[in-house]
Order: sequence, then structure tokens, then C-alpha cells
Amino acid sequence: MSKRLLIPFSLLIIASMVLAACAGGATTLECTDAIGCVEVAPGEAIHLAYMLTVSGATATLGDDSVGAIRVALNDRPEVLGHSIELTGEDSGCSAEGGQTAGTKVAADTSVVAIVGTNCSGAAFAALPTISEAGMLMCSPSNTNPGLTDPEGGWLPGYYRTAHNDKFQGRIAAEFAYNELGARSAATIHDGSPYAQALQQVFADTFAELGGTITFQGAVNVGDTDMRGILTTVAADGPDILYFPIFEPEGNFIVAQAAEIAGMENTILMGADGLLADTFPENSGENVVGVYLSGPYVSGETYDAFLAKWAEVVGGVPPSGFHAFAYDCTNMILDAIESVAQQGSDGTLLIGRQALRDAMTATANFDGLTGLLTCNEYGDCATGEALAVFQITEAELGGGWPPAAIWTP
Amino acid sequence: MFRRTLSRLSWVDLFLRAFQLVAAVVIIIGLVNTFTTARYTSGQWATLVFSGLAQGSIYALIALGYTLVYGILLMINFAHGEVYMAGAFSTVFLAIHFARTGFLARSPLIAIVILILFSAAISTTIAVLLERIAYRPLRNAPRLIPLITAIGASFALQYTFRGLYGTQFRAYPDIAVLKGTWNILGFDVPLVQLVVFLAALGLMVVLYWYVERTRAGKAMRAVSEDKAVARLMGIDIDKVIVSTFALGGALAGAAGVFNGLYRPQGVFFLMGFFPGIKAFTAAVLGGIGNIPGAMMGGLLLGLIESLGPNSVLEGLGIPATNQLKDAIAFIMLVLILIFRPQGIFGERLAEKKA
Repeated sequence: MSKRLLIPFSLLIIASMVLAACAGGATTLECTDAIGCVEVAPGEAIHLAYMLTVSGATATLGDDSVGAIRVALNDRPEVLGHSIELTGEDSGCSAEGGQTAGTKVAADTSVVAIVGTNCSGAAFAALPTISEAGMLMCSPSNTNPGLTDPEGGWLPGYYRTAHNDKFQGRIAAEFAYNELGARSAATIHDGSPYAQALQQVFADTFAELGGTITFQGAVNVGDTDMRGILTTVAADGPDILYFPIFEPEGNFIVAQAAEIAGMENTILMGADGLLADTFPENSGENVVGVYLSGPYVSGETYDAFLAKWAEVVGGVPPSGFHAFAYDCTNMILDAIESVAQQGSDGTLLIGRQALRDAMTATANFDGLTGLLTCNEYGDCATGEALAVFQITEAELGGGWPPAAIWTP
Repeated sequence: MFRRTLSRLSWVDLFLRAFQLVAAVVIIIGLVNTFTTARYTSGQWATLVFSGLAQGSIYALIALGYTLVYGILLMINFAHGEVYMAGAFSTVFLAIHFARTGFLARSPLIAIVILILFSAAISTTIAVLLERIAYRPLRNAPRLIPLITAIGASFALQYTFRGLYGTQFRAYPDIAVLKGTWNILGFDVPLVQLVVFLAALGLMVVLYWYVERTRAGKAMRAVSEDKAVARLMGIDIDKVIVSTFALGGALAGAAGVFNGLYRPQGVFFLMGFFPGIKAFTAAVLGGIGNIPGAMMGGLLLGLIESLGPNSVLEGLGIPATNQLKDAIAFIMLVLILIFRPQGIFGERLAEKKA
């Protein structure tokens, strides 16, 4: 650098230091949090983000959650005098999508908390990045047991309002064994952490109850021809086939099962991944009679929520996890409210560790899905908001949602 | 004598021979194990055979598009899977409309023919545009360049259709007439599989007749032999190339509707990728550039995919066999290329390139 430029540059640096000092002097807040703080300047919005699957075959899951977040933010447009800004990334329903969305969201240091992801596979990939960045994520629909198990992939900053598969797999097996009287069962998963864990819990519980598991197989995401695996299933002629997977593979299984000799007397049962308004029509006629286990919320507050949904989003929720997303959003807003330090000029200082601690300390939170209490590994679900549904002609004709026929 | 033959064999040849032997032994062990345990009934095997044939005929129709274009331009049109998707995806909306208005239920035959023509028209348009925009300006460029362009065109088409129709999955409506089963040799075969198989076979026969017996077909063969000489004989090369793309596109479009009849679900903007790769495999299996080769390659691939996991892999005691369905198809490709590099029906490429 030439000497002529040195003086103006030095002056510039000194000036900026002075200015920075002055700006800092206006607030009396100081960040003492172990993993850093988010500062929200007066008049600026508190930044929430979502990482959900808003495109592709599983978009109904994501749209369902995004709608619920919008309803929640419509209920509480301001927290401590600050409006709330919601941005989002499409995490898809895959590890790659979760990784990309996680990296993008974590790069934006103004993000306070995240609602997401929908799929367990995406959560496993996104969580390390999010946790490292000091943020927290609250999932409305991750059900894989590992996510809230320190041995299985849990990391600080992870919370969920969705029920752990340990609940869902168990009630599905109990329903199959006790209510349907099934004594032999086969399962199919798609290699995703969600499906793999769920069918395993189902199989273990079913065997525990006294049933026989004839076959536990898998298909690939993207497979279109299920006749091979269905033929394998048919060879043992089980009473029930449990396939807790997603669309469109689930559609193919339902449609093609009709063609396979030996499958006539096998009951088909899926799980919440298929509990979407597109499932009956995309599966065709054979879908009538298929059982699905999935989230089930009812009651007055839920009806009020549906009315708000119709007003804010329009129509009815396309899938089953909206109530969980609504609860996640409200729990996050409550936590922000309880830990944020307010400066005299309206600046907010949100300590990231403090926020996590507040989430973990959530107890008897009166949500749509019940009274939620989080454990130290972020599992906040009650496990009660579940039911078994049966698809009828009405759903094939475009009606939604199906009626719950059994609750544990 | 023996020693001389031995000395001519290089280590690579020896290795390949050994590999062939091992592969054959493994396959036979798998088959024997499966059939001696008799886990499946003959009816279940029949189901797999017929669904394999139906799937295979769809692969064959798409594979013909690869092979026709390769025969003339010596290039792999990797965007061909997207040409198939364009027809299938566009037609699903017409099919749903037909189902809603009841037209499909009233006169299913006419409706299906209209759907096939519509799909073929869309795919043909896309294929012709593809040739005009993406390939013709590069016709004299080095051969790698159109290949990369094809991959680019493939993405461009996928995301154009995503923009047009959205990311949701669609499904073809159920067609009541195609619901039943036919009894063939004592096996109940779903009618739809038979119809798809026979209709595809019919189209292939028409294509074969067109290429072998008509003037336009003769021109096509002439261009494929030698472009320069064909031009001297007064053949409009551009026209022949465009008609080749159009023909391939029409077959792909028809395949799109057949796929919709056979397997109605899962119509979306990325649906062309896997069938495209599989059909390419089928074309190579049969001998790329060879029309009967593409047909047989397609059918063979369909059968291998459908029967392979349950017959060979299961006999070998491999777990989760159905997840290996794609692997088995591609392993077959590798094996066949080791046994017969030019494909089952292929001519020696070296002569053709000269």
C-alpha cells in the first residue's frame, strides 16, 4: 500500500471503531450465553425458519406443516413487540435434502429457531449442522426413535412434538393382533430411517403379542414395480401386510397387490406417511379397505384450529401433522418470550443456550395434541394423539380426512 | 495346437473366461436352490413372467427411440427418457378429464386410441424440437458434445415440465374394461398386461415394416449406411433425421400411455429418468442401432428384472432381494457385454464407424 493511501485508510478504520463503540453504547444488553445470542434490533422481525418437504410426492406433509405455522403466526403476530418473519427451505424427504436445507438455514445467523423437518431421514442429515450452529429445531413429524436417543443420533437442540415410532408401531401391531385378529404379518419398508424403525417396532410388538412375522422386506424409493416383492409376501399368505412407507411407492403396493395371486385375503395397512389426501385417488380402487395408522387430534380447540385454517390457508389440512406443527411453533414462541432480554430501546437479545433450556423445560404445555412435557432429549410428544383410520369409497371419491375407527 | 491357443489368450481373456464361468455357476446355483425349495406356485411365476413382458414391451418401445437415433447419427440421445415423460405427463390430464366426463367409461377403445395419439403427438413435437434446437447445430461437432448437450436438454425438459404441471404425482384413471383377467394356459393373466404387450408388439411390427418396406424407411437405412452417399443419391438428410426423431418420439409417447394403463401411479416430472436409463440398457443389450435388438433387449430386460430377484437372488440367500432389482438388471448388462460386446443382435460397431 502506498503511503498516500495509508492515512485515509487509518482514519477510516479509526472512524468505524468509534462508530461501532457508539452504536454498542445505546443498549445495555450483553450476551452471556455459552453458545451465543441472536440480537433483534428495534423494529426488526424475529426470524423463524422452516425446513419442510414442500415439493414432490411428500409435499402434502410439508404444506400441512407450513399451513399450521402460518395459522400459529396469525394467532400471535407479535412477540415482545417484534413481528415474526418466516422463511423456509425445502428439505425434501431425503438425507440430501435435509443436508442442503440444514446448511442453508444454519448459514443465516439471524435464524432463532426452526420448525422441521418432516421426514426422519432429512432430520438425521440436518441435525449436526443445526446443532453446531447453536440453533434449535422442533419437528412436527419426525417419528424415528433414534432422533431422541443419545445413542441413536440425538444432538442438543433437537425437539419434536411428533410421536415416537415406539408408540405408533405398537398401536398398529395391537390393532392388527387384537382388533383385526391377524396372527401372521409381513412388513415392507423403503430403507428410510422412518419406515425401517416403524416396521421393526411393529414386527417386534406383533411377535411379542404372539403373532408370526413371515417376511420383512424392503423396496427402493423410486421403484415402480412391486410385483416381485408382493409375490414374495404372497408366498406365505400372511393375514396382514404392514408397509409404513410414502407415496408413490405405497400407491404401487396397494394397486399391484390386487393382481397378485395369494394376496386376496391379506389386509393392507400403512402408516402416517401415507395419510395424505392424495393417497386414495393415486392408489386406485384397491385402496378401499386399507388401514392407516396416524396422528389423530380431536376436540373443541382442534375444531377452532380448523376454522382458523380455513380462514388463513383455506380448505382443510392435506395431511395429519398440522396440529404438531402448530404446537411446535407455539412452544418456540413461548420459549422466546420467556428467555429474551429486552433492551430499553426495544432490542431483543435471545441467548441460544437459554432458549434450548427453556424448550427442554417445557412442561404441561397445553397444545392441540395434548399436554406436552419435553424430556431431556427433546421428546415432547404425549403419544396419545394416534388412531387407526380406514379408507372408504368416500375418500376414493375425493373426501378427506377419513374417519378414525379405533383409538388406543 | 492347444498350447498355441493358450499362448494367444492374454491374461485378460483368461480372467474374463473365469468370470463367465463363475457368473454362470452362481446363476445356476441360485435357480436350482429356488426351484428345489418350491416357495412359489406356478401361478405366481406366471404373474411375474407376464408383468415382466408388459414392462419389457414398454422398455422396448422407448429403446427403439435410442436405437433409431443411434443408427443414424451415432449419438446417444440421453434426453429420450424426457420425451417419454413429456407424452405420459401431458396425457395424464387428458385421461383424467376423459374419466371425469365419463367418455372413458362409455367408449374406452376410442378414448385410449385418442390418448395414445395425443401422447405420441406431444412426444413427437418435443423430439423434433429437441433435434432442431439442441442437436442439429452440433451435428458436425465432436461426438462428446451432443452427448453432454443431451444431458443438458434432459434437465431443461424435466424442469420445464415441472414448471408447467407442478411437482405433484398424478395417476391415470382406472379403466373398467381392462380390469379382468384372461386365462392363458391355465394361468390368470391380467387383461391390461396382455393388451399392453400385444399393442406394443403391434407397434413394433409396424415400425419394422416401415423401416424395411417403405421408401422412407429405405432412405432412413441409406442415411444410416453413409450420409454423404445418401445425399448424392438425392436424399434430404435433414428430413430423414427429423423423421427418425419423430418416429422415436411417437413410440415413446405411446409407451407413456401404455405405462399409464399398466401402472397408473407415479406420473410426475422425473418419471422419464429411470425408464430412460433402463431402455438405454435394453438397447445396448440388444445391440444398439439394431431394431429387432432393441425389441428383444427390452423384453429380456423386463423379464430379468421381474424374475431375477425372486429366482436367482433368493436362491442365493441374499436378503432384501427386491431392493436389488435395478442392480440385477445392470449386472446382466455387464455380463452380456462381457460375453458379447456388440449386444445380442448387434453388428460389429467398428465396421459401421469406418
